[in-house]
Amino acid sequence: MRQVAIVGCGMTKFGRSDVSLLELMCESSLGALRHADLGERWVDAVYVANMGAARLNKQTAIASALVDRLSLFPAMAESVENGPASGASAFKNGFLAVASGMANVVLVTGAEKMRAVNNLEATDFVASLTHPEAEYIYGVTLPSLAGMFTRLCMERFGVTAEHLAMVAIKNQENALKNPFAHIQQRITMEGILHAPEAVVNNPFVADPLRLYDCCPVSDGAASLVLCALDLAREFCPTPIRVAGIGQATDTHAVHERPDPTQLTAVHLAAEKAFSMSGLSPKDIDVVELHDAFTILEIAESEAAGFFPRGEGHVALEEGTTSLTGALPINPSGGLKGRGHPVGATGVAQLVELTWQLRGEADARQVKDAKSGFACNFGGFGNNVIATVLVREDS
Amino acid sequence: MSTGNELEALLRPPATEMPPYPPKVITLASGEQMVVRQIEREEVSTLLEAIAPLLWVERDFYDIVAARLFAELLAFKRYRVVDEYCLVGLIDGVLAGIVNGREARPEVGMSYHTLTLRRGLRIGAHLFAAKMEYHIEVLGEKEVLIVAESPIGFRRWMIEYPLEKKSEVQHELGGVPSWVLTRETYLAAKPRLVAGRRPIPPELLETARKILLPEEETLRVQILGERGRAT
Repeated sequence: MRQVAIVGCGMTKFGRSDVSLLELMCESSLGALRHADLGERWVDAVYVANMGAARLNKQTAIASALVDRLSLFPAMAESVENGPASGASAFKNGFLAVASGMANVVLVTGAEKMRAVNNLEATDFVASLTHPEAEYIYGVTLPSLAGMFTRLCMERFGVTAEHLAMVAIKNQENALKNPFAHIQQRITMEGILHAPEAVVNNPFVADPLRLYDCCPVSDGAASLVLCALDLAREFCPTPIRVAGIGQATDTHAVHERPDPTQLTAVHLAAEKAFSMSGLSPKDIDVVELHDAFTILEIAESEAAGFFPRGEGHVALEEGTTSLTGALPINPSGGLKGRGHPVGATGVAQLVELTWQLRGEADARQVKDAKSGFACNFGGFGNNVIATVLVREDS
Repeated sequence: MSTGNELEALLRPPATEMPPYPPKVITLASGEQMVVRQIEREEVSTLLEAIAPLLWVERDFYDIVAARLFAELLAFKRYRVVDEYCLVGLIDGVLAGIVNGREARPEVGMSYHTLTLRRGLRIGAHLFAAKMEYHIEVLGEKEVLIVAESPIGFRRWMIEYPLEKKSEVQHELGGVPSWVLTRETYLAAKPRLVAGRRPIPPELLETARKILLPEEETLRVQILGERGRAT
């Protein structure tokens, strides 16, 4: 298998967009291609991650549409739908295409335009990933699953509403340093939890989760250019090597798991990615986790092996996961602050790691970051992809 | 032929004595303190200056809300509308939002507009709630007639409270038939939607005495959503 590197990345601003899904994809793709500065080299294949274009935007075959709009003929092209893990899935496919020798240069773009529909429809759209007979028909949504999950974690590990709020405050603070982030709003413990007005400012969405415990519904696109590492060294001063990728699945219905608080797929995916990379959690400098709900940042940080089970909230409390802590988590703002256009998220996490490892993350730059880890969490943890990236200095 | 003053008296509607809105302070999600207070007629010019740049902002129907609010406040300033009032939200003295309405007839309020100059943090929703508080709790009205001119307004008023349709009544703003907030609906919604504390510490109230206008850059970023760098 050939070594593979990221040589360029681009993003649109996440949030509410007035342009079409295709235009979002073009903007981030062109950004990534410019960043890669490929010269005479050509894109051999295009992978587009997206979850809902057929339903939300009445558009299918969007990878072909992107190739056409950018005149990337005759590149191979396909769309990848894998729920909220679509982004990392498309990335994995791009990686495999280069690693196998089928392609030398691959463009991976993740995109979603969710705000084309109202919030209720967007919530229902995301809920369509739940088990159709055991969950969805009973009105289960992602916030309700996360609410039940949070309650269990509170009872079992001592996670409190303050811990959840700490994640929200940290990630929205980080997002203020990220011009691509959807949420540009500083929040405080007083304003969202302790003041008498907090009950109005931050109402329950799915008890015990409140409004500020949930990621926003966003539009946006993110792109990466992958290249064989040996070729990348010819033109890219700072290739970011894809050191490890792991993927694992778990039961579709959450209640079928022996212990619903155990994110087995996260654990297995991370284990595989670390094994492939030859690194361990203690070697990682910067982390992007899938905090669609604040509890998930805490739970994933444990399941991926960064902290012992039940102690993620302690590390958070001690400041370990803050931007200047020993292990910064979600310097981009995460899904909570950067936003969560579902198909784009997995790619956006890797874009952030690439910027961090190249030293291009501006005000949110993690000092001396040389290795990064991302977890793209599909379904409610039933399909998870973990990635380890390493900076390759020329 | 009447003299100028006599003619003005004919053009100017008679005013009803309306109890003032007691100022309150709301802690926002950001931890900032927003003072909500009623304005005097002499302060309208400052508000018009703040609203004017929004007359051409199509995003989220700012243009129509700004144009109508501008006209309503100008009419208030020039004594051409009866029993109008206006509340503002101020953060460190800087104008964050404006709401207005009027007492249509005894026991019936007429909600006009809600416009925020700083987005997020439920500033508009807090100010709208303060407006309803004024109508129901201070003026003692039994119901308030309301319409929305943007999807955001519809979600915030019609769905969140929720309001009832009052198809037989035409709201003064025209458009769709009116919706109504009754006293009962207001009281039921109050614990989850109406925030704020009284009395305001004098030093905090002092910061809200003079209305400061937000910087143009703030408006551009907050209202037009212009933040982000080219890739």
